Amino acid sequence: MSQFAINIMFVGGSFLLYIAIAIWAKAGSTSDFYVAGGGVHPITNGAAIGADWMSAASFISMAGLIAAGGYANSTFLMGWTGGYVLLAMLLAPYLRKFGKFTVPEFIGDRFYSKNARLVAVICLIVASVTYVIGQMAGAGVAFSRFLEVDSTVGLMIAAVVVFVYAVMGGMKGITYTQVAQYCVLIIAYTIPAVFISLQLTGNPLPPLGLFSTHVDSGMPILDKLNQVITDLGFNEYTADIDNKLNMVLFTLSLMIGTAGLPHVIIRFFTVPKVADARWSAGWALVFIALLYLTAPAVASMARLNLMTTIYPDGTAAEPIQYDERPNWIKEWEITGLIQFTDKNEDGRIQLYNDSEAFAPTAEARGWNGNELVVNRDILVLANPEIANLPGWVIGLIAAGGLAAALSTAAGLLLAISSAVSHDLIKGSINPAITEKGELLAARISMAVAIVVATYLGANPPGFAAQVVALAFGIAAASLFPALMMGIFSKRVNNKGAIAGMLTGLAFTLAYIFVYKGWLFIPGTNNLADTPENWVLGISPLSIGAVGAIVNFAVAFVVSNATEEPPVEIQELVESVRYPRGAGQAQDH
Amino acid sequence: MSGHSYDAEAYWKANLRLIFGSLIVWALVSYGFAILLRPMLAGIPIGGTDLGFWFAQQGSILTFIALIFHYAWRMNKIDEKFGVHEE
Repeated sequence: MSQFAINIMFVGGSFLLYIAIAIWAKAGSTSDFYVAGGGVHPITNGAAIGADWMSAASFISMAGLIAAGGYANSTFLMGWTGGYVLLAMLLAPYLRKFGKFTVPEFIGDRFYSKNARLVAVICLIVASVTYVIGQMAGAGVAFSRFLEVDSTVGLMIAAVVVFVYAVMGGMKGITYTQVAQYCVLIIAYTIPAVFISLQLTGNPLPPLGLFSTHVDSGMPILDKLNQVITDLGFNEYTADIDNKLNMVLFTLSLMIGTAGLPHVIIRFFTVPKVADARWSAGWALVFIALLYLTAPAVASMARLNLMTTIYPDGTAAEPIQYDERPNWIKEWEITGLIQFTDKNEDGRIQLYNDSEAFAPTAEARGWNGNELVVNRDILVLANPEIANLPGWVIGLIAAGGLAAALSTAAGLLLAISSAVSHDLIKGSINPAITEKGELLAARISMAVAIVVATYLGANPPGFAAQVVALAFGIAAASLFPALMMGIFSKRVNNKGAIAGMLTGLAFTLAYIFVYKGWLFIPGTNNLADTPENWVLGISPLSIGAVGAIVNFAVAFVVSNATEEPPVEIQELVESVRYPRGAGQAQDH
Repeated sequence: MSGHSYDAEAYWKANLRLIFGSLIVWALVSYGFAILLRPMLAGIPIGGTDLGFWFAQQGSILTFIALIFHYAWRMNKIDEKFGVHEE
């Protein structure tokens, strides 16, 4: 059977599984299978949150960025897990007690203002659309490879599939479908990692393999990797970095963004009890950590495997002939995501770092520039092929990558469409809208979001995980401070919250757009996105943390200069702090 | 909660104390050990690199999990002690 057929079988099979579970769950009972119906155990809910949370950024893109950046990109690992500590302690239990269904609803009620709710809707839409751009970029890479088409065609196919998937919407609400998606995703991610860890270190557990001895060389695997890549002019994988301010701010931005993203928060609105909100956050992080502890191992081992593929006889010997390149390079060349140009016309593939420091060595070896450009978003998907794993493992990773991208994209599109139809139109523009009209508005806003995200996803402002990181920065600077102050301060009033959200959002967006292009349209940036141009060395990916500080500061100053919130609002804040009497989540 | 305002205040303070302690650990393992204090941990070797690298790629994640479960467990006790737990 061809690899193409195996891929189709695995991807098709996993989709049939989700649909079958959805139908079975709907038929089986009226309420038990829905999250809102209660009775879902925190462990089950944790797995569902894991599927919702881990997207193309975590699954497809993150390990590739860690592989390229080494220690410096540990920020993704800490940032996308540490946020759950904030969620569990600062937001989830209290928002559960409050008992509403959407984030703008909480902000509108707590800050007793329709305008606050509107501003929250805007923040939510900007963050979520940016997030979807990243998902489209990742899903596009996956489709282009598995259907063996150009990456732009892959993106178009992804857009159609995501739209159909999101419109089928009902599947999202069913916890057990998401549990199934989690299972597919985690199996697909860990199986190749186990094989590769065994091959390279003899240890079947990838997180331990990362710190074990490399079988072929007898050195610790990280030492071996450092040696191989420094021989080719790259920085050491484990080297410390100078710009710690940026590293701290980037990690902080991802952490508070995690706690500010509406599609994650709403999962906690519907657990049966306040105590369950805390446990669910813990279990969610356990399930997420299974992937996040595997990812750094995948990153370093895949990078080492890539280097040994190109330099089979060691870095001192000649690299492989282009004509004898392995099949996976040929396959990825079709997508345009691996590109080879024989700059010195010797028929071999020279892969090294075109740095000034390495130029003399390269010249002495007769090299005329780096000849192989590998898109970082392909590393995880290509990983099993690079390691020569059997065809079914490659099919499995296709199914896993698509499960990750589609489940999160659909969740985000639902968050966007409910913000538009429920919070924006029904909540303020036209409260008398019919249910049919509300549904139509939801569908239209979904379609618009997909078109925008697909257009911008064709030339994304970074690799998938980087685009998603921008979305986290936006959520961090706008929604998280408002939510946290709404619970922990009785003094912050409507004016303070609105001023805080608007300045946090405007500040962060402006800084991002200056470097990434206005509205992410390529070519409209004012400054090149390079470290020399960044203010104090703070990258656009890290600015969300600064935006959050601005938001907090503005909200406090404005609130203290204006009147106290009314007594009933202060009582509301008091009541969300105590678990007793939570009851069921209330629909508007 | 109006009839128990003293207890309510003590409950909230106990919660804030627990959150504060947890967040100190949270910041120490990630921003501390993994980033700012890494040079100080450079002397402790672990599998071809140093302890700071381990905290950046694994240790902080494991600590986060422990922190959340500890918080959930302690808060359940505190909820019961102050009588604000759900039936």
